[in-house]
Amino acid sequence: MNAAIQGRSLWSDALRRLMKDRLALVCFGIIVVYALAALLAQFGLIAASWNAQVGAAYQPPSFDRLDTIMGTDIFGRSVFYKVIHGTRIAMSVGLVSSLISVPIGLALGALAGYFGRWVDDLIVWFYTTISSIPGIMLLIAITLVLGKGMTAMYFALGATSWVHLARVMRGEFIKHKSRDYVVAAESLGATHASRIFRHIFPNVSHFVIINLSIQFMGAIKAEVILSFLGLGVQGQPSWGVMIDDAKLELARGVWWQLAGATSAMFFVVLAFNILGDALRDALDPKIK
Amino acid sequence: MFVYLVRKLIGTIPTVFGVALIVFILFNMVGGDPTYQMLGKHATAQQIAELRHELGFDQPKYLQFLQFLKQIVTFDFGRSYATKQQISTMILDGITPSLTLTIPAFFFTTLISVLIGLLVAYFRGRIVDKLTVVLCVFGMSVPVLAYILFSQYFLAYKFGLFPIAGYDPEWPDRLVYVALPILISVLVSVGYDVRFYRTAILEETGQDYVRTARAKGLSEPRTYLKHVLKNSMVPILTNLVMEIPLLVLGAFLLESFFGIPGLGGITINAVHNSDFPVIKAMSVFMSLLYILGNLLTDITYTLVDPRVSFK
Repeated sequence: MNAAIQGRSLWSDALRRLMKDRLALVCFGIIVVYALAALLAQFGLIAASWNAQVGAAYQPPSFDRLDTIMGTDIFGRSVFYKVIHGTRIAMSVGLVSSLISVPIGLALGALAGYFGRWVDDLIVWFYTTISSIPGIMLLIAITLVLGKGMTAMYFALGATSWVHLARVMRGEFIKHKSRDYVVAAESLGATHASRIFRHIFPNVSHFVIINLSIQFMGAIKAEVILSFLGLGVQGQPSWGVMIDDAKLELARGVWWQLAGATSAMFFVVLAFNILGDALRDALDPKIK
Repeated sequence: MFVYLVRKLIGTIPTVFGVALIVFILFNMVGGDPTYQMLGKHATAQQIAELRHELGFDQPKYLQFLQFLKQIVTFDFGRSYATKQQISTMILDGITPSLTLTIPAFFFTTLISVLIGLLVAYFRGRIVDKLTVVLCVFGMSVPVLAYILFSQYFLAYKFGLFPIAGYDPEWPDRLVYVALPILISVLVSVGYDVRFYRTAILEETGQDYVRTARAKGLSEPRTYLKHVLKNSMVPILTNLVMEIPLLVLGAFLLESFFGIPGLGGITINAVHNSDFPVIKAMSVFMSLLYILGNLLTDITYTLVDPRVSFK
């Protein structure tokens, strides 16, 4: 009889619901494929020779060989390999910028919500200021000042994209800090650090996961725009650089480089969009 | 009302100060000295010193910051490095072309999105609703650049329905040039907006007053248009006002692709020329608009929702 009322944690419950959502699983699979391609490219196992000539210039896609399946560019290089190299860039921008911004958003949001008063005022002022500068202008300004390139882009995206998470975390910490379980922990002598990390954080951590998919997707989109403007990746292909190269090719009937880069981007952004919704539905207790 | 406005205006001062501080730190402290870049490789030490003096880079940082604050207050950002034009004139000249593009785009996007939002909320859970949501997610996932490049290629170049690029300040000719950018802009944003409005409207349809309206015999269209729409105005307005600064910045990629001399085009040119003063001025200008937009949202809340008072 007792077995019937077995408790389920938020996470196992969410996992169970995610597993039932076939579409979300497919999207997760797509993202895993992109991540794998990026990893393999990172270690030089695939598409390491994106710079090599594989055929004549502007050869249309043909399915006889793997390297010309998306055709060739102006230098006869494989568009397919460039797309894979671009995948590596996109995924690494998403990952590194998230690694920078998630801890910032988490820490500032938690501090502001938990301690309140002047700490809160200061942090809220800081993120209101950051969010008052339109995102694209701030990204342009930071990458330009830091001298373009990958590092500048990592930093710019990391430094600008934590605001949303900080807002959410602040709100949650304000709600949770006066709940009974936290007050109980306090009366048992739990320190501030222990209350923040051991007691409140596990109860709000699902927001980090929901945020992560939106964050990752935002970074991929921003990378393409920045690289397209010449502020991002330098001297190697990325989806944005490819679209920039391809914009003049279209008038000559060369559509495959543009199609390759944009469809690669489309599928991963689509997957993140759907997965993000599914994660929110599965993890946010309010929507149940 | 007046006291409320004044208090709100004063409340924006710390944010404006913060924006100025961040932009200043970025460009005057983190960024390198632009004089080397401006004078080229063969500049003599004397030339550099003279230019640094002329631009005020030899002054202590706090004086430079005060100077920058003065520029913001007087809306005089000096001259562009690249075009040597007065930056405030450039901004003022760029506003009308940007608005010619973005106001109709904004209007049509909102009209279409709210209508579709109402419609799919009415059909919620049925095939029309599900299909629309799927289409929206697809539409949101197509890269903006793909929309622009493919539409420009097919609609303008291949089929000749629109001019490929260009701008004419004369009326009504300018509408011919902005037609395609407007269409693309609507396409790009409609997916996101429909989803947003659908959620906002659905949150209202479950409320008690909707049941009451139906119970007293109101027709469905009347219930939706009169009661639901009115009550979902708060989230709709928030979304709208948040898009106001983007309105002025123009869909800046669109402007650069279609050769429309608006603020977005100015910004992109400045990026290509590493024209720091222009980017600096644009960042501040856009932020001011955003802050103003926020202020407007707060005020409109009090107008559409009587429960929000002037406190």
